[in-house]
Amino acid sequence: MNIKFKIFLKGIIDVSPLMIPVVPFGLIFGVLAIDIGFSPLETMGMSLIIFGGASQIVLLQLFSGGASSLVIISSVGAVNSRHLLYGAVVSEHVSDLKLFWKIIISYFLIDQAFARSNQYFKKNNEKNKYFHLIGGGATCWLIWQSSTFLGIILGAAIPEKLGLSFAVPLTFLAILVNDFRKMINVLVILVSGTVATLGFNYIPYKAYVIVAALFGLMTAIILTKIIKKKNE
Amino acid sequence: MSNWALIIYCGLITYLTRFSMIVILKKEMFNERVKDILSYVPSAIFPAIIFPAIFLDNSGSIQLIDNPKILASIIAMIVGIFTRNILATIFSGLASYWAIIFY
Repeated sequence: MNIKFKIFLKGIIDVSPLMIPVVPFGLIFGVLAIDIGFSPLETMGMSLIIFGGASQIVLLQLFSGGASSLVIISSVGAVNSRHLLYGAVVSEHVSDLKLFWKIIISYFLIDQAFARSNQYFKKNNEKNKYFHLIGGGATCWLIWQSSTFLGIILGAAIPEKLGLSFAVPLTFLAILVNDFRKMINVLVILVSGTVATLGFNYIPYKAYVIVAALFGLMTAIILTKIIKKKNE
Repeated sequence: MSNWALIIYCGLITYLTRFSMIVILKKEMFNERVKDILSYVPSAIFPAIIFPAIFLDNSGSIQLIDNPKILASIIAMIVGIFTRNILATIFSGLASYWAIIFY
């Protein structure tokens, strides 16, 4: 078997367990988007063009709350700033590749694929190892598009009483699960969450996501500095 | 702004955050301090989506009493801390939410 194909398959296998929660997430996204008033084509377009669960949910949430386009776009940018970190970490492994492959890899640089491929990259030094990320990313892509599609179709059939929209905060809560054990992270979470909840009605232009995130990051900067000083 | 323009702009900004560092960065241009701070970005941003969705009602006022989402989230969090399993966290939260509202 071709080595590139083998690594590609390994990427698919490694990322698969993480795909199970993506299905309800995609479904919920499809259902919510239609519910808010986007057309089926626009909803599918979001999943194809943006291809990022968190970004798309933030878009829906702010759009339905009547936020301006500028606030929506900058909030999506803020949510995505974590990708800068992913890119910084991955760049180390793909810096020798042609621009073409960097363009492709960037489209697939999503939470789950990054998490699994980063582990793989650290352990393997094969020059074709980037196919792992493409395999994982392509798997996420397929699952995300088909579950969005299913959500669009099922939309009307899912009873509102089930409260499926509650699955959105639950999904984000689950992403943070590893952070609940770390003291600084817990404090950052509490600061950001409290600012967002209290500021929801008072922070103008629905900018509460960005404002809360900045408060959270300030907390992280201050706390890590204090701890660093203590250790010196 | 039309819906399509909004979608395309959001797509562009999402793509650029993924693309920029891969293309601009050469090995080890990020110092440890910046890397350290960036690792807190998820903890800083996701609660801003989680907390209002749990604690606010449909009209946007804080609802602390008679709110099944609070108890369900606490259960999900406890399950998450002990199992470290994303799936178990989501489903325990949903299951307890349904148990509370239907019984």
